[in-house]
Amino acid sequence: MSPRKAPTYTGVPAWIYAVAAAGGLLVLLPLAAMVARVNWPQFLPLITSDSSLTALGLSLRTSAASTALCLLLGVPIALVLARGSFPGQRLLRSLVLLPLVLPPVVGGIALLYTFGRQGLLGRTVEVLGLQIAFSTTAVVLAQTFVALPFLVVSLEGALRTAGPRYEAVAATLGARPSTVLRRVTLPLVLPGLASGAVLSFARSLGEFGATLTFAGSLEGVTRTLPLEIYLQRETDADAAVALSLVLVAVAVSVVALAYRSPRPSGRTFAGSMTAQSTTAESATPPRATRGGVQ
Amino acid sequence: MRRPAVAGKPAIAGKLLVVVLATVILAACTPSGQAGQAGQGGADDGGASGSGGTVTVFAAASLKSPFTQLAKQFEAANPGTRVTLNFAGSADLATQIFQGAPADVFASADNRNMGKLLDEGLVEDEPRDFATNTLTIAVPPGNPAGIYAFHDLEKPGTKVVVCASQVPCGAAIRNIAEETGTSLTPVSEETSVTDVLGKVTSGEADAGLVYVTDAQGAGGKVESVPFPEAAQAVNSYPIATVKGARNKAAAQAFRELVLGSGGQAVLGAAGFGAPQP
Repeated sequence: MSPRKAPTYTGVPAWIYAVAAAGGLLVLLPLAAMVARVNWPQFLPLITSDSSLTALGLSLRTSAASTALCLLLGVPIALVLARGSFPGQRLLRSLVLLPLVLPPVVGGIALLYTFGRQGLLGRTVEVLGLQIAFSTTAVVLAQTFVALPFLVVSLEGALRTAGPRYEAVAATLGARPSTVLRRVTLPLVLPGLASGAVLSFARSLGEFGATLTFAGSLEGVTRTLPLEIYLQRETDADAAVALSLVLVAVAVSVVALAYRSPRPSGRTFAGSMTAQSTTAESATPPRATRGGVQ
Repeated sequence: MRRPAVAGKPAIAGKLLVVVLATVILAACTPSGQAGQAGQGGADDGGASGSGGTVTVFAAASLKSPFTQLAKQFEAANPGTRVTLNFAGSADLATQIFQGAPADVFASADNRNMGKLLDEGLVEDEPRDFATNTLTIAVPPGNPAGIYAFHDLEKPGTKVVVCASQVPCGAAIRNIAEETGTSLTPVSEETSVTDVLGKVTSGEADAGLVYVTDAQGAGGKVESVPFPEAAQAVNSYPIATVKGARNKAAAQAFRELVLGSGGQAVLGAAGFGAPQP
């Protein structure tokens, strides 16, 4: 057990637990209410209908693609924000994080006027032979737009917590910047990277507003699970509730899976916004991060 | 207000907690906590006497502009009475009323959602049709894809956007397509007419099937291409007083206004057709 844990044990007054429980209920109660409304005898037929499975499959595929895009684009952004030093850095950070607070429909409108047929890049893209409007590509773009900040925030936090000291050591030993990145920096922040990727995946899975505004809704092409739920709600509340439960289950298992792995014996969990994975006392080079630093 | 209570506490966590608790308590004490839409227009029904008070009207989203106008007329004719309007998709409104939302009047864009309320015994008086709406083809200004008839929507390469068949306008489109033997291959099936219209006004779609009133409400952003087959799927709008209306007299008066000549004039100006006999 790490010594810094001890004071927090007795430091929490009892009433904090009561308020925390109230907060927890605010999240859990609506979910429980939804579960209570599920038409269990019809549950399987409802969620295994052709349109439901098509939507779930599309959601999983597009979310995987957008997570890959988030990694590809988000890792460099996080590195630039955490390690770089240049004028306008703070402004850049707030701009990158903007999709976190923007209503998704606003994101959809912005994407429309960028990649749409009449949009800023629309003609260029069309000349290249790419049709973005009403295509699965549009869904992936919308999901990437809203999910990217989750990866950047997680990874930037991890990078700042880890600090640049090992990288400096590696550099003085003659490693080139790309080698340092590959052999030192990224292994160090792997838990933060993993949790960021998972958060991005989960956010992509739940993307609704930007997709509806930008991509449209066509079965098998652009109608992801959230859009299918929205549509089913018009005619069949039972199907909408059943599919909502599926979405919750997938999201919970994805997030739970990712938060389990970087959590070996007795350490506070690494990842998310503040990755406490390394402590300054450690003298061993961070070749293997799996076991953490004890 | 909250500052003095907080001032003595040094810890940020403590301040936060007080603010959170104060917010929760304030929210719990507000009388309009019973349903989401109740607070929309400031529900001060206790104040006025006689015909006064608030009448809450749940109306289909397509009725927004004429009903806003009618609410003003109603308030002018009945001093002291406030009309609170809640616009959304008819299915959403019906669900809200099921869940106990305080509606006095329900104006639906289709008979199906009004029927749901009837089945549940939530309607005070017999629903009456007050307007009709027909479909039209909306195209971007200049009609770049050259759409002049319903069959033109089949042209290869034409990006057509329609409503999904789960929503009323989509059901109507499917009827027409079946009747005329047209096989539509839309690039998107949207959840609402407004979404279809959005795809056309933004220039993403070459054509979209919307209601006459939507095309008219979009001003110069779309051109309307009427087609005779639309007459095969005319949509009726019924209105009824909701059971347990808190302000029954005012609710019935509003319903009479909509059904009467004044209401018909406003609806007609917005592009709605007269109710079918």
